[in-house]
Amino acid sequence: MLVEQIAVFLENKSGRLAEITAILAENAINIRALSVADTADFGILRLIVDKVEQAKAVLRENGFTVGKTQVLAVEVEDKTGGLARVLKCIKEAGINVEYMYAFVNKTGENAVLIFRFEKMEEAMATLQKEGFTILSREQICGL
Amino acid sequence: MSVHYWDEEMETLPRVGLESIQLRRLKHLVARVYRTVEPYRRKMDAAGVKPEDIKSLADLAKLPFTVKDDLRDNYPFGLFTVPMEEVVRVHASSGTTGKATVVGYTAKDIETWSNVMARALCCAGATKGDMIHNAYGYGLFTGGLGAHYGIERLGATAIPVSGGNSKRQINIMKDFGSTVLLSTPSYALNLADAMDAMKIDPKSLSLRVGIFGAEPWSESMREEVERKLNLKATDIYGLSEIIGPGVAQECLVTDRGMHICEDHFLPEIINPETGEVLPPGEKGELVFTTLTKEAFPLIRYRTKDISRLIYEPCECGRTLVRMEKVTGRTDDMLIIRGVNVFPSQVEHVLLGVEGVEPHYLIVVEREGNLDTMQVQVEVSEGIFSDEVRVLENLSKHIQKEIKDLLGVTCKVKLVEPKTIQRSEGKAQRVIDKRKI
Repeated sequence: MLVEQIAVFLENKSGRLAEITAILAENAINIRALSVADTADFGILRLIVDKVEQAKAVLRENGFTVGKTQVLAVEVEDKTGGLARVLKCIKEAGINVEYMYAFVNKTGENAVLIFRFEKMEEAMATLQKEGFTILSREQICGL
Repeated sequence: MSVHYWDEEMETLPRVGLESIQLRRLKHLVARVYRTVEPYRRKMDAAGVKPEDIKSLADLAKLPFTVKDDLRDNYPFGLFTVPMEEVVRVHASSGTTGKATVVGYTAKDIETWSNVMARALCCAGATKGDMIHNAYGYGLFTGGLGAHYGIERLGATAIPVSGGNSKRQINIMKDFGSTVLLSTPSYALNLADAMDAMKIDPKSLSLRVGIFGAEPWSESMREEVERKLNLKATDIYGLSEIIGPGVAQECLVTDRGMHICEDHFLPEIINPETGEVLPPGEKGELVFTTLTKEAFPLIRYRTKDISRLIYEPCECGRTLVRMEKVTGRTDDMLIIRGVNVFPSQVEHVLLGVEGVEPHYLIVVEREGNLDTMQVQVEVSEGIFSDEVRVLENLSKHIQKEIKDLLGVTCKVKLVEPKTIQRSEGKAQRVIDKRKI
């Protein structure tokens, strides 16, 4: 199952990230995972939050450009080689990774890898077949 | 579609008849101006031309040009041809590019203006029964009051809402049932954005026609306005020096060219470099001579607007010559590394890229001895992607399109929505930081 991620366009100027996090905090929206992709001119903030639609709405109201995409969350044991196993299987299936980021859950036992693949459905089927655990948004939020 | 005329006889007069009226009025004007206005007399004497030398319309070319500096040099009333007690109204430019220029009107001039404006409204299909939403600024700017008097002359209902406060404007449109909108094209898009924010579907309003002017805009911007406001967008032309709005107006039959009220305003197209009159159909600087104005007539006034005259007959039946949409100004033309760039050309490129909003800003700077051009483009949801690669490709694509059209390499900077300043009047499209 795919997880909804919101992405926000950021101009490279000071205080924008602080503004976004403040808006989310004011609206009691919890960030579960995030990453910032940056270039010389702009950045893209990617977020997984507990209330997707609400987050989108409040950011829009504050004048941000917000997009929504589907990503895949894979849970692996927090051990050496965890990510390597996932990527090996993806490579063998001939699928490209558009981007990824990761976080370790509270207990420190497992890591969650967030992926955007070129071919999402195919990647999900491949990983499921190989026995990897795919998480839902509810599961991520419950971690 | 039935065609409405305001002054059918004049608007459909065969050219021979029209030219004979023009010549009679021109002779009269030149004689009067020579007699009453010292600066004109001095210039004509210097050029070695006397009023009696004007025997045909072609003789117009013998007369010296009038330029904005002549207006400034004689600030405020030095070029008026009647005593001030006959002047019933004055208007003035904002003076953003220097000292304000002041124009004056006699009671008869106001009559003339109201009539040409009523003619323009009719030309755009407005009739007595229309609710005309006038969002041009009221005040010293000629747009608001000029259009207003035309609306009343037409006998339609004027909604003198003026500029600003978009939310209120939209509520008025909804409650009063505005059918015709008059504003600058950039303000029209501003209203469309506001409707969107208010979740008001333009289809639920009664707007039918928009009459947009006071700034150059492209064909792609027309499509954008038509789509976003659900109306037929027409172009109007005017400038305070000549009279104000109503000098020329597009009819509903063609999207090419605005009919000029030639019986009042005699147009020429000249080469802006040499001042020489260009043959019919060629592109150049638009020059006007006012044939009927009393208080503040102008002879061969250089507008700095780039256009072309279209003499082919129009299907609407009007014989009045058409002027093509103004594609640029001789003075907003940027020269970047020796290349001429009109902001409207950049706009044209941007609107050709799917999802790109027509809000843009050109920033010109000089690094060392080299000019640099940056084009700031707002990232809307239509073009946004969570992948860096996609946005970078978009910038590259825009950069390439501009390079292809203009031959200039620019830097495209993607910026957050609403960061480019919105204006209630004329949009500012260029910031030139060069110190040359």
